[in-house]
Amino acid sequence: MKLIKNKMVLVIVLVISMLAFVGCGSSQTGDSETGLSGEIRIDGSSTVFPITEAVAEEFMTENPDVKVPVGVSGTGGGFQKFIAQETDINDASRPIKSEEAEAAKVAGVEYVELSVAFDGLSVLVNPENTWVDYLTVEELNKIWAPGSAVKTWNDVRSEWPTEEIKLYAPGTDSGTFDYFTEEINGETGAIRNDFTGSEDDNVLVQGIAGDKNALGFFGYAYYEENQDKLKIVPIDSGSGPVTPSFETIKDGSYSPLSRPLFIYVNKASLEKPEVRRFVEYYLEIAKDIAQEVGFVTLPDEEYENGLNLIK
Amino acid sequence: MRDNNISSRKLKNAVFHGIVLGATGFGIVALILLLMQVFRTGLMWLDWDFILSMPSRFPEKAGILSALAGSIWTIGLTILFSLPLGIGTAIYLEEYSNKKSWYNKLLQLNISNLAGVPSIVYGMLGLALFVRFLNFERSILSGALTLTLLIMPVIIVASQEAIKSVPNTLRQGSLALGVTKWQTITGVVLPYALPGILTGSILAISRAMGEAAPLIMVGAAGYVAFLPSGPMDSFTVLPIQIFNWTSRPQAEFQNIASAGIIVLMILLLSANAVAIILRNKYQNRMD
Repeated sequence: MKLIKNKMVLVIVLVISMLAFVGCGSSQTGDSETGLSGEIRIDGSSTVFPITEAVAEEFMTENPDVKVPVGVSGTGGGFQKFIAQETDINDASRPIKSEEAEAAKVAGVEYVELSVAFDGLSVLVNPENTWVDYLTVEELNKIWAPGSAVKTWNDVRSEWPTEEIKLYAPGTDSGTFDYFTEEINGETGAIRNDFTGSEDDNVLVQGIAGDKNALGFFGYAYYEENQDKLKIVPIDSGSGPVTPSFETIKDGSYSPLSRPLFIYVNKASLEKPEVRRFVEYYLEIAKDIAQEVGFVTLPDEEYENGLNLIK
Repeated sequence: MRDNNISSRKLKNAVFHGIVLGATGFGIVALILLLMQVFRTGLMWLDWDFILSMPSRFPEKAGILSALAGSIWTIGLTILFSLPLGIGTAIYLEEYSNKKSWYNKLLQLNISNLAGVPSIVYGMLGLALFVRFLNFERSILSGALTLTLLIMPVIIVASQEAIKSVPNTLRQGSLALGVTKWQTITGVVLPYALPGILTGSILAISRAMGEAAPLIMVGAAGYVAFLPSGPMDSFTVLPIQIFNWTSRPQAEFQNIASAGIIVLMILLLSANAVAIILRNKYQNRMD
């Protein structure tokens, strides 16, 4: 009997101390400076991830009671979760597709599209490649088109050597791949099938850096960090060759391979104060953050427009 | 003639010795190269600050705490779910079920096949079943249940083999003393089979600890800067955090990824060490 009584006391003490512990946690929540709490669920593009991650990091130092986990399922995988209302915000490296928009409508998900930065797709060769001075959009299409007959550099321009071209491209799940194929080959996903593909852009950097005859493309941020290992190719879309840089991407002269990056926000989630504050904060600091992580900032009025959209 | 025979047999002997040594050496050399690379790049980043900090986009501030906590939570729950379920299934299949019936044969075939299914398939199952249908959302619980499904077949098969290796004479001796089947299983069969069961479980749990793909599928995040406070919280795990770091453009993050790999290795080794100590304890008791 005594033993049972002792155990009862122990259990009661434990329960009380746990309640006290939980109580402490919630009272701290109320005391925070901004008073915001909760969880903001974000998933989507791996290209946009560094920007969102940086914003989340800054946001959480100011609002320590808001949890902001950021996932990397890819633009398409992220949209599926966004439409299933498992996320509040989706990172996207391309605009929403019409089928996705349709599915969102059916599921009753209303959203706002906000552009947050520019990404310049850069075309790269090995630094030992002395012959490529620039490429035209037509030449890129000739090289990358489905069923392309280009085997050697000589097939692209007659004064170039008859050495085999080795092709490197991002994996087929990435928004980068979708964007390049759409701009260069006219249809999303249309591409020759004898290239080396990788979801990891660092693999592409290594591949091109180690192969004199390599040609590949990926996001500008990866060139920015590996300038000593790679040679960037100016692109001529009809008005002379343009080298991608922060300036040429921002003023739009580097075309057609520069693209806007987006976040999609569920309108119902915007009703929650922490999500609204996060999105506002995102648009306020995106111009500093984007540049810092290797992307190109939008003109100021674009961010103003975004802020007006969510008002 | 006879001498010839001996020398050719000796030669064969030496050649075979060389082949098996080479086979062992191949794996070991690859492992040593990998470890050297990891330690060379990662060791200078590994300190208490690294272990006790949250991830950050600044390499000098980046740490692994949230991923470490997420891994420990997920694996802890996985062990809690998978061991009773896996060992229980094995006991039923070996000790209770009628092994000759067609549905048990079918069950056995399915379990062996499930052990070879790619982990991403379990991720899709976890997403549909736990995250969406049972509405556990993108939580540690969903992740742990998915990993449980993933490693259960391996635990079942290994436990079955261990239980099969218990000599039948022991079982019969125990039953002849008049004890029940349940007492025979807990008193004789399980203690004898435990070292084998633990070996299989160690391998399975180590595999679960290194998985990233199925957890990305059920919604483990790439960036988490808070500690989980319960099984329903969002989370990330070490392999996802390491993968996230390796795919960044900045070279420093490649080194930080190496430091992360060292932490994952330490976690794996300590989990294994605990299991090995337990195993030896029971092995000694039986001998």
